[in-house]
Amino acid sequence: MTNWKVILSIAKTHLLTKIKQTAIASLGVTFGIGSYITLVCFMTGLNAMLDNLILNQTPHIHIYNEIEPSEKQPISLYNNADKSFNVVHSIKPKISQKKIHNALPIIDYLEKNKDVRGALPQIKTQIFYIAGSIELGGNLTGINPVDEARLFNMEDYIVEGSAEALQNTDNSILLGIGIAKKMSLKVGDRVQVSPISGGIFPLKIVGFYQSGIADLDAIQSFTNIKTIQRILGKANNYITDINVKLHNIEQAIPLSKKIEQQFKLKAIDIKTANAQFETGTTIRNLITYAVSITLLIVAGFGIYNILNMLIYEKMNDIAILKATGFSGKDVQLIFMSQAMIIGFVGGVLGLLIGLGLANLISTIPFQTEALPTVETYPVNINPLFFIIGFSFAMLSTFLAGYLPSKKAKRIDPVRIIRGQ
Amino acid sequence: MRVVLEAKHINKYFKKPVLFHVLKDINFQVKKGEFASIMGKSGCGKSTLLYILSTMDTDYKGELLLNNQLVTNQNSNHLSYIRNKHIGFVFQFHYLLSEFSVLENVMLPAKKLAEKSHQEIEHDAIEKLKMLNIAHLAKKRASRVSGGEKQRIAIARALINNPSIIMGDEPTGNLDSHNAENVFNIFKKLSDEQGLSLLIVTHDKDFANKTDRIIQMADGKIIT
Repeated sequence: MTNWKVILSIAKTHLLTKIKQTAIASLGVTFGIGSYITLVCFMTGLNAMLDNLILNQTPHIHIYNEIEPSEKQPISLYNNADKSFNVVHSIKPKISQKKIHNALPIIDYLEKNKDVRGALPQIKTQIFYIAGSIELGGNLTGINPVDEARLFNMEDYIVEGSAEALQNTDNSILLGIGIAKKMSLKVGDRVQVSPISGGIFPLKIVGFYQSGIADLDAIQSFTNIKTIQRILGKANNYITDINVKLHNIEQAIPLSKKIEQQFKLKAIDIKTANAQFETGTTIRNLITYAVSITLLIVAGFGIYNILNMLIYEKMNDIAILKATGFSGKDVQLIFMSQAMIIGFVGGVLGLLIGLGLANLISTIPFQTEALPTVETYPVNINPLFFIIGFSFAMLSTFLAGYLPSKKAKRIDPVRIIRGQ
Repeated sequence: MRVVLEAKHINKYFKKPVLFHVLKDINFQVKKGEFASIMGKSGCGKSTLLYILSTMDTDYKGELLLNNQLVTNQNSNHLSYIRNKHIGFVFQFHYLLSEFSVLENVMLPAKKLAEKSHQEIEHDAIEKLKMLNIAHLAKKRASRVSGGEKQRIAIARALINNPSIIMGDEPTGNLDSHNAENVFNIFKKLSDEQGLSLLIVTHDKDFANKTDRIIQMADGKIIT
């Protein structure tokens, strides 16, 4: 039978009479948990920002027509050569159209799939920006600007102007900021572009685009789909790419395989396209967790130390308690509850301090060319971190208290009483 | 007279540093209301015997009966319960939990036993303190009272659960003669008025001579 009231009152008295030691032990936990929360919120915030830098703009599945050599060369269709060994030199890619055949019905079909948040057509082409006698090479992509803004956070990267303006203005262009700087252009000016097939088209600048990746900003511009179809002289079913955004990113691989099979198109899922990026994220997360676990372990050792000392000091009390009828288990529970109280108080304080520091960090200004929409340091205040932090505080104090309290349980009162 | 404590053929060996036969076939009884003292030279095993009788030391051969019930080979939780309910302990040095108040010290064993409500326990504790003329110390920290007072508080604590027997390991060994006299008188009073059994290990001849019965030990044996 365990008499919790007595055990807790003894634990409380021990803790309160040694308030300095208790405070130091709790502060050990507080600092551990507090820095864990701060660090994890800050680092995952930064990670999320870096992830978004790439992933927000990247479609979950990118569908296009790949230019590649035929898998089956004509010789393999010729039955008479079945049993012979064929060597085909200098294989060339097969001539095929760049556009996706039946693109509009495919988009309709994908939109109906319940896993798909949206499927957007794009037309990608190479063009030249013409400034006097200078021709700058670049990419022009035809998009549905408002839908792109909705699904791929396009607005975040438009530093002047808006997606609506691009949608509503005929013959308009959203110019990469790098090109604009090179050519000293501002919103409202006109820029001449020339597709590879020839001809010159003046387009009105309705805004600037800044992705944060300088190389990309120096070549990439956007216009709406109709304008680019006109520039290229193609019909309105001419679509070169379809970008699919899903509700759940994990569905990307199976769905992309299904699309490849069904439509005989190339469908690249986000995981394959950004494999090295994924690795980077994993490693950053690994570092975050390694550092935080180290912090928590150090805090745990602090508690272990202090409880150990406490038990040495309390040998006398332990002997008296045992002699007056407290069992070994009671004594163990007394010290365990002290450890848990230290862990609880320290842990809760740590969570509060962590929350405070994380909020403080989120007010520090942080401006960078690469991220036009970010103004302060990003933090990711996720309730899960608080649950993990608190659980770890309790777990580590439990372990740190367990060994010393086990020792207290085993102490032989006779040896202590006779020892003096 | 009812037998409170009975030892049958108790043998004990110390295994370290060398095998040593400390207690050799100890047989004796303590009856209800009896005030017995154990005397003997240092190292004759009297304290060792007391700790076996107190149930704290379980590493022995033979049988120990408390209120005619076998105590030997009970599990440690049950032994704790027996110590709590039936045995009161008074030591030479180890008096009190210094961080608790005097009253709390006295109340602790009863709180552990949890047979009475908090109010009843507090009332009992104050009664015991009054009986020992130290009620005015109740709210003081245990570390702030004098040695003689501490020993009286320890006696109050030993009495709180109305035990069958009180054991003492040289309870007066650390006290001046005035306080030693005082403690003896308390024991005597308890034995005479309340019929409490007492078993006290002592070096003090004067103390022992005033008790009902002296158990003389030498070389691990009871002589008289």
